[in-house]
Amino acid sequence: MNVLEVENLNVTFRQSGQETHAVRGVSFHVEEGETVALVGESGSGKSVTALSTVALLPDSAGVEGSIKYRGDEMVNASEAQLRQVRGNDISFIFQEPMTSLNPLHTIEKQLGESLSLHQGLSGQAARGRIVELLTKVGIRDPETRLSSYPHQLSGGQRQRVMIAMALANGPDLLIADEPTTALDVTIQAQILELLAELKRSEKMSLLFITHDLGIVRRIADRVCVMQGGEIVEQGKTAEIFTNPQHNYTKTLLAAEPTGQPDAVPDGAEEIVSTSDLRIWFPITRGLMRRTAGHIKAVNAASVSVREGETLGIVGESGSGKTTLALAIMRLISSQGPVVFLGQDIQGWKSSALKPLRKDMQIVFQDPFGSLSPRMTIEQIVSEGLGVHGTSSGKDRRAMVADILHEVGLDPAMMDRYPHEFSGGQRQRIAIARAMILNPRLVVLDEPTSALDMTVQVQIVDLLRDLQRKHGLAYLFISHDLKVVRALSHKVMVMKQGDIVEAGTRDEIFSNPQTDYTRALMAAAFG
Amino acid sequence: MAHPEHTPMAENGTAALPPERRTWVSPLNKRRWQNFKANRRALWSLIIFALLYGVSLGAELIANDKPLLVQYQGSYYTPIFNFYPETEFGGDFRTEAVYRDIEVECLIISGGLDTCWDDPEDVIREVQDTGMFEGESVAQGWVLWPLIPYSYNTVNDIGRAAPSPPDGTHLLGTDDTARDVLARVIYGFRLSISFALIVTFLTSVIGITAGAIQGYFGGLIDLFFQRIIELWGATPSLYIIIIIGAIFTIDFWTLVFLMVLFGWTGLVGVVRAEFLRARNFEYVRAARALGVSNRVIIFRHVLPNAMVATLTFLPFIVTGTIGTLAALDFLGFGLPSSAPSLGEMTLQAKNNLQAPWLAFTAFFTFAIMLSLLVFIFEGVRDAFDPRKTFQ
Repeated sequence: MNVLEVENLNVTFRQSGQETHAVRGVSFHVEEGETVALVGESGSGKSVTALSTVALLPDSAGVEGSIKYRGDEMVNASEAQLRQVRGNDISFIFQEPMTSLNPLHTIEKQLGESLSLHQGLSGQAARGRIVELLTKVGIRDPETRLSSYPHQLSGGQRQRVMIAMALANGPDLLIADEPTTALDVTIQAQILELLAELKRSEKMSLLFITHDLGIVRRIADRVCVMQGGEIVEQGKTAEIFTNPQHNYTKTLLAAEPTGQPDAVPDGAEEIVSTSDLRIWFPITRGLMRRTAGHIKAVNAASVSVREGETLGIVGESGSGKTTLALAIMRLISSQGPVVFLGQDIQGWKSSALKPLRKDMQIVFQDPFGSLSPRMTIEQIVSEGLGVHGTSSGKDRRAMVADILHEVGLDPAMMDRYPHEFSGGQRQRIAIARAMILNPRLVVLDEPTSALDMTVQVQIVDLLRDLQRKHGLAYLFISHDLKVVRALSHKVMVMKQGDIVEAGTRDEIFSNPQTDYTRALMAAAFG
Repeated sequence: MAHPEHTPMAENGTAALPPERRTWVSPLNKRRWQNFKANRRALWSLIIFALLYGVSLGAELIANDKPLLVQYQGSYYTPIFNFYPETEFGGDFRTEAVYRDIEVECLIISGGLDTCWDDPEDVIREVQDTGMFEGESVAQGWVLWPLIPYSYNTVNDIGRAAPSPPDGTHLLGTDDTARDVLARVIYGFRLSISFALIVTFLTSVIGITAGAIQGYFGGLIDLFFQRIIELWGATPSLYIIIIIGAIFTIDFWTLVFLMVLFGWTGLVGVVRAEFLRARNFEYVRAARALGVSNRVIIFRHVLPNAMVATLTFLPFIVTGTIGTLAALDFLGFGLPSSAPSLGEMTLQAKNNLQAPWLAFTAFFTFAIMLSLLVFIFEGVRDAFDPRKTFQ
């Protein structure tokens, strides 16, 4: 018997007179003990489909069609009936482990709430069950963790607690909405293993929502590919991967940053170099604010980038890679020489640095946060020109138009505001803002990780083109080894502020020396 | 989602430059205005308020004990704007003509007949009826009075006990010194609103500047100024105002100064918090990486963020200031009692419970004034809400 059966589901959002069709005529089913993956890029309606199964959508959503859980109709079911199913028969795991746990409650209290609600367990019985659950999701010394608050756990541990909460009442169906997206690659692999193992031991079905095809291949029995609110293709995982029928599936499968950067010409000028750069944040204690110790964000980093060269900095969150880049740009303080275009700029005043700012630019990760929502594209892109002046004989708007054209945007859009653009287009705008000053060095801080795979490929191509044309030096920061492989000449692996391995692209990727690098590779290329 | 990532472009590679769209009002502000207009209550409140305040700004032309225009022996006089001695109209005194005196009125109408000193009523009647007096033609003049022929401090001795109830001459009655209540309301409304707007503007400018500096630079500057603000905020401002009032005479600008002196700390916290949050936004960092100066970053990137929170706070400051002014006047520590103060009217209402028109007038004036302001600011705040702006 099918655990979940969705037939001809339509979801429409109504807001201020406008209707948005988020899901259109979606039909699929989940069999007992099966893992089904809903795959698609952002905005394809996969999360909306999942949330509609237990009517967790906001009031502005209109749901039509049929959703059956073990034969019971869920569309238009009573609130009491839905509550019975939610968290008991169907459980959810969400993407953000930071925000899905209440920061003011201990782990024991959060888990206990669901137990007492659905099973009436309390006191010692509940405690025993909680410890059992925490052990099951692989949290070491669960007894000592009971009174911990969410902020005392790491991201991976939090996601484990979330899974424990979802398992608490022995659900039939577990719906996981991008459960590993916010986690580091090595942790990601652990969580996926855990989910697969739990599915077997608890005899659950799993509905897995993700944009990452690598995960799908690893975990799913069947795949539904979604695009623009519709399922364009579904079938057995192996079949879909070996013999995709729909064009969109083919595009998705092919969407992987490939290729390699052009070779650096001999005798290329060194743009920036550091030797033993150290970034320690002092911890002060007591009334006199005496320095009691240091948070060592980066220890002894020596880097060197030449014209037309890309240095890829790889590491998991908290490894200090962004801190290092900000220090090289002199946006935060550090100790040790930073030689930029032959001058040691360490300790320079900001007024002295100002002319150099033109030559070093940065592109940030979040294309939504890095553009001021109150300025037009022209104002955003031309901001640097206001500081450093337009090149002679050229009009400001003409320069903006040229650079927008160069990054692949229509210059006619320069009077619009950022919210009118998609993520990929916004990242192009951010790149245009950096490029308009003709910099020598561009720091790229995870420029692709907030984007869909197909868009990532386009951005990687664009970056490579720009480097070829202008001989740019890139400092490319990423946790995504595939993108790093496609862009970098040299690679540096960081872990907790230390550089564990550094070398050319081929050395690192074909012959990693340290265990940590090998673990990263295994997780990324699986 | 089918977002076109590439837009087809002319083959020759040069991008067509769109015509420059420079308008005085940015599209963003246009949308805010649209949002504001969509809120009918706020829009109507704004219209009514603008009318009332606009009218009250010209209070001298509406309620005054001097005529708007006088014609005397063929020449025109504008007593509201100019000083004319009584001798100008054939009187005896070199002081300013008291236009409300029946004798002066008679002199103007009859062109300066001496008979006016004996029997002004009859002279006026005869001149107005026949254009002549006792068979002789006179240089007849006329007087154009404002709608309400009393100013806020005009004592109109009508021979009844003050406060007198509303009647044809005094639409809202008189207060306990026989002054027209309607005239006092018009002047009092103007005074209250002007006071509140001036104080709010000054406190906001100072508060936002202080908060911006603290929040943006943080660190020791922040630590130091926070302590100063704590000390400053702990000063009992009412006592200071009472003490100052005991030494100096308090007038409008002294009170503005004192209110700003102790009121500027109100916004610092909000603005500081917004700046602390916004200074680490990626687009602020991007601007720093571009080499944009701190001053420009503050004004262009961070301040707009703080403005929404500030706007949410402004109505409280405006209404609070009106309330404080009224309270000070009510307690007798505010403006001198001759000033057209709504607080003083409230005090009179308390002291003269047998004259309920005073209490009703004071109540309704405050209620309407404050409600209009609250509705308007509610609309403004919603219009600035970024979630609404970007729908």
